[in-house]
Amino acid sequence: MIYLLTFVLFSIGLYGVVTKKNTVKIVISLVIMEYAVNLFLVLLGYRKGGIAPIMEKGQEIQEFAAATVDPLPQALVLTAIVIGLGVLALMVSLCIRLYEKYGTFDISEMKRLKG
Amino acid sequence: MNIIPLFIAIPLGFAFLIPMFSRKVRWLPDMLGNLATLSLVILSFYTIGRTGNYYMGGWRPPIGINLVLDGFSSLMLIMVSGVSFAATLFSVQYMEKYTSKLRYYSLFLLMVAGMNGVALTGDMFNLYVFLEIASIASYALVGFGCDHEELEASFKYLVLGSIASTFILFGIALIYGMTGSLNMAHVGQMIQQQGMGPTLLFAMVMFLMGFGLKAALVPFHAWLPDAHPSAPAPISAMLSGVLIKVLGVYAMMRIFFNVIGVDEKLSWVFIGAGVISMVVGGLLALGQWDYKRLLAYSSISQMGYVILAIGVGGMAMARGGAGANSVAALALLGGLFHLINHATFKSLMFLTSGSVVYGTNTRDLKKMGGLFYKMPITGLCAMVGSLSIAGLPPFNGFWSKLIIILACVKAGFYGIALVAVAVSVITLAYYLKLQKYAFFGEVGEGLKDVKESPSLMCLSMGILAVLCVGLSLLLLPGPRAVLLDPAVEAVLQGTDYITVVLGR
Amino acid sequence: MKGMTLIVKTVTRWVKGFIFLFGLYIILFGHLTPGGGFAGGVILACSYILLTLAYSKEVAHRSLSRAVASELDSVGALIFLSIALLGIYFGGGFFVNFIHRLSPGEPFRFLSAGIIPLCNVAIGIKVGSSLFMIFVILSAMRVIVRKSDNGREIIDNRRKHPR
Repeated sequence: MIYLLTFVLFSIGLYGVVTKKNTVKIVISLVIMEYAVNLFLVLLGYRKGGIAPIMEKGQEIQEFAAATVDPLPQALVLTAIVIGLGVLALMVSLCIRLYEKYGTFDISEMKRLKG
Repeated sequence: MNIIPLFIAIPLGFAFLIPMFSRKVRWLPDMLGNLATLSLVILSFYTIGRTGNYYMGGWRPPIGINLVLDGFSSLMLIMVSGVSFAATLFSVQYMEKYTSKLRYYSLFLLMVAGMNGVALTGDMFNLYVFLEIASIASYALVGFGCDHEELEASFKYLVLGSIASTFILFGIALIYGMTGSLNMAHVGQMIQQQGMGPTLLFAMVMFLMGFGLKAALVPFHAWLPDAHPSAPAPISAMLSGVLIKVLGVYAMMRIFFNVIGVDEKLSWVFIGAGVISMVVGGLLALGQWDYKRLLAYSSISQMGYVILAIGVGGMAMARGGAGANSVAALALLGGLFHLINHATFKSLMFLTSGSVVYGTNTRDLKKMGGLFYKMPITGLCAMVGSLSIAGLPPFNGFWSKLIIILACVKAGFYGIALVAVAVSVITLAYYLKLQKYAFFGEVGEGLKDVKESPSLMCLSMGILAVLCVGLSLLLLPGPRAVLLDPAVEAVLQGTDYITVVLGR
Repeated sequence: MKGMTLIVKTVTRWVKGFIFLFGLYIILFGHLTPGGGFAGGVILACSYILLTLAYSKEVAHRSLSRAVASELDSVGALIFLSIALLGIYFGGGFFVNFIHRLSPGEPFRFLSAGIIPLCNVAIGIKVGSSLFMIFVILSAMRVIVRKSDNGREIIDNRRKHPR
C-alpha cells in the first residue's frame, strides 16, 4: 500500500515537469520524480523491525542476515543520489546561463528553436 | 590478459588524464584524444568473433557485476570506436573556434566510456549507471557553445533525458522488487519461472518509454531535432551516429529480446513505432531549410527502419512455425546492418555539415549554393552520404533497406513493405533537395572566397565515405559470417542468453 | 568589510578544522562504520564552502585554489582507476581486491578491507574537490540584478562570461 504513495509522488513530479513554465520549477519537479524512485527502491528492501545492515562485533552471521534489511537497494540509492547530484548541478547551471541570456525563467519566452 | 574491461578503462583514464597534464601544452589534448580513440578502434577489432564473460572483482553473478561480450556487443563496440575515431580526427581542426578543447575531449571520452559500458554490461543497474554517464556527458556537450540556441536545446534535452532515465530506473526497481536480482541473465531466469504478471507489464511499459525517449521514437522525438543540430558537428555525428543507437536501440533489444523475451504484442508496438517514426520523420525532414535540422529529422526516419526490422524479427520469433527462424534472422540482419550503415553515413553527413559551417558560417540551405565547386572533397563526401541514405544501388544503404523490405514481404506485411519503399523515395527527395540547394546551382552570395576545409577534416570525412561504399562487402558470405551473423545469433538466441551467461 | 559578521567569522575559524577532521574520519573509517568516500568528501567540501561563505572566495582560494581543485578532481579519479587496474595486474581481474587476497586482515580492524579504504580515499578526494568546484562555479555565475531608476529590476548584461 505504501508503494502507492511513491507512485503518487512520482506522478506529482511528472505533472510538474509537464505543466510548469518556470525552469526552476521544472528542475524541482524532476528532483521530486527522482526521489520518488529512490524512496521506492529503499522501501523495496525494508523489512519490519529490521536493523541497519552494519555488522557489529560478536554477532553471528546467520542471526545478522536474518535480522537486517536488504542492503543492496541502499547501495543503489546511494549511487542514484550521486548521479542525481551531477544532473542537478548541470541543470542549475544551465538555468543560470539561460537566465543570463534571456533575462527570464519562463520557458514560453525562450523560443529561438522551432519546428 | 582479458581485454574486456579495457574498453571502459581506456576512455575513462584518458578522460581524466587530459585535463591534468595538458593545461599548458596546446597540442596534447588533440594527441591524447586521438590516441585513445585509435587504441579503442584497434582493440575493438580484436573482439571480432570472440565471446567472453568477465567477472568484475572476481565476484560471480548473481552477486557480482559481470561484463558480457558476444557478437552483438562486439558489433556495437566496433561501431562506437570507429565513429568516435572519425569524430576526434575531425575535431582537431574544427574545435579550434571553441574555447576549451580540454573539457571537450574529457567529456567526449566520458561519453565513449559510457557507451562502451552500456554495450558490455550484463547487470541492470550497471547499465543505468553507464547510461547516465553517457547521457550527462552528452547534455553538457550539446550546450558546449553556450549560446542562446545551444543552451535552450541542452535544457530541453536534459529535461527529457532525465525523465527517460527516471523511467528506466523505476523499471529496474520494479524488476528488482519482483525477482530480487539485478543480473540480466539471472533476472531472465526468474522471469521465465514466474511468468507474465502485472508488475512485469508495468516495468516493460516503463522501459519502453525510457528507451523510446532515448532512441527518439516518434511520440518521444521532440528533443532530437533541437539537440542534435545545436551541438558542435563532431558531437552531432556522435549523438546521431551512435548515442541514440547504443543508449536506445541496443539497450532496448538487450532487455526485451534477451532478458524478458518478445511476444506478439510487444512486436506490434515495435512495428507501429517504427512505421510512424519512419513516415513522420521523413515528412518533417522534407520541409526543413536548416542543413543540420534536416539531417536530424532524417535520423528519426532511419531509426524507424531499424525498429521496424526489429519488430518484424520479434514477430517472426514470437509466432514461430515453419521457416520463422529464417525470416527472423533476415529481418534482424537487415536491422543490424542498417544500424551500422546509419552510423557511418549519418555521421559522415553531420561531419560534412560541420565542414560546410566551417567554410561558410551558415546552416541555412537558402544561403548556400554551388559549394561543390568551392569545396570538392566535402561535396563528394556529402554526395556519397546522401546517395547511401537514400538507398541507391552501389552503396550500403541500398542493401540494408532491401533486406528489411524483403523481410517484411516474407513475413507477410505487404502494406508495411510498401510504406518502407515510399519512405525511401521521400528520403531520396529531401537529400536531392539538400544537394541541389547546398552543393549545386549558382554560387551563393558572399560565398565567393570559400575554401576547402583543412586536411584532417577531409581525411576523416574521406574515411567514412570509403566505409559507406565498403560496408556493402559485409554482405558477402565471408565477412558476414565474421561480423553480422554472430550479432544476429546473439539477438536471435532470445532468452537462451541466460544459459550462455550463467553457464548452465 | 568582506564576508559575514565577526561572530560568524570567529566561529568558522574555530570550527573549520574540526569539520575537516571529521570528514577525514568518515573517509578513513568508511569500511567499518557508516559513511565512506562520498559522505566524507561532501563534509570536506563543506569545510571549504563554509570558509567561502564566512570570509570570501579569495580566502578560500588561498588554501584550495581552483586550479588545484581541478587537478585533485582528476587525481582522485585516476587513483581510483589505477587501483582497479592494479587488480588486473596482481589479482587477475578488474577491481579484484588484491591486497585482501594476499593478506586478509582480521575483521573489525582498521587494516582489514584491502583496497576498499584506498578506494574511499580516492573517492573522497574526487568528491570533495569536485563539489567545491561546483559551488565555486555556480557562485561565480551569479547574475547581477540591479534596480533601475523607475524601480524595475533589470539585468546587468555587461558581465557576460564570468570565466
